Amino acid sequence: MNKLKFLILGVLFGIILTKAEVISWYRIYEMFRFESFHMYGVIGSAVVLGIIAIQLIKRFKLKDFEGNPIVIPQKQRKFWPPLLGGTIFGLGWALTGACPGPIYIIIGNGFMVFIMVFLSALFGTFLYGLVMNKLPQK
Amino acid sequence: MNILTAPWPWYVAGPMITVVMVTIFFFGKSFGISSTLKTICTIGGAGRVSDFFKIDWKSAVWNLFFVVGCIIGGYIAAVYMSPEQAIDLNPKTIASLQAIGISNPGESYLPTAIFSWDNLLTRQGLIFMVLGGLLVGFGTRYADGCTSGHAITGLSNLQWPSLVAVIGFFIGGLIVTHLILPVIL
Repeated sequence: MNKLKFLILGVLFGIILTKAEVISWYRIYEMFRFESFHMYGVIGSAVVLGIIAIQLIKRFKLKDFEGNPIVIPQKQRKFWPPLLGGTIFGLGWALTGACPGPIYIIIGNGFMVFIMVFLSALFGTFLYGLVMNKLPQK
Repeated sequence: MNILTAPWPWYVAGPMITVVMVTIFFFGKSFGISSTLKTICTIGGAGRVSDFFKIDWKSAVWNLFFVVGCIIGGYIAAVYMSPEQAIDLNPKTIASLQAIGISNPGESYLPTAIFSWDNLLTRQGLIFMVLGGLLVGFGTRYADGCTSGHAITGLSNLQWPSLVAVIGFFIGGLIVTHLILPVIL
């Protein structure tokens, strides 16, 4: 039952992204054409407040609700994986209009055909696991 | 003006996303959604063909609860909080979409003529849904994160790899939006 709190947070996240139209293919298209501030406002304000929140967490060495120190995992210091992987994801993001969170949320919105996008994304992740050793990993 | 049914502006949604991220920190975890795809592969037995999937998936189950919540949240928003007006797109965006053959831009959340079961096995449907999904799943795992893990959490934590990843997101997105969509639509 202690996992239920994550489900509730997920519900909140699904509502936020639906109500702010972040799950809209059109909003992503508009973002990549730089024709609206909306998406930049959503991501930008989340990041600016996030920077402040994380600085406060680190400055005051805040602990989580179970009393453990909050540790924010560092992504590995690599160059080609985030650049190439990021670019590959960007191609898919602009085609589907959805990053992974919205894929789930769009299904919830009743666009059931996105189950196929989800299954394709699962297969893409599986494919990466098969060929990762052949790709630049530094 | 009803705050439940009207679309939420960016200055409401952005800070609420920060609240979600910070709450997850206080629950002892870190916000990042694309890793759920890896977890599901692991549960499905992908560890038999690649060590990449040999992970302790039980420690990632919390995130599956989160994404099930996302589906429920999408449903609640669609059924009980659904806006009646179209998405308020830039007129230039609408004109450019109509020029490449998309009718009624913004009337629904997505172009239903492209994203439909009937269209799934056409060349267009395969590119937008199957290839698109594949690139999302492959790219996010190679990049080790998506919009939530890199753009929101990673940038908030001032991590260089996340900035590189977000630049990559835009390289890919700009190529598709400006060079590929006008050709394939």
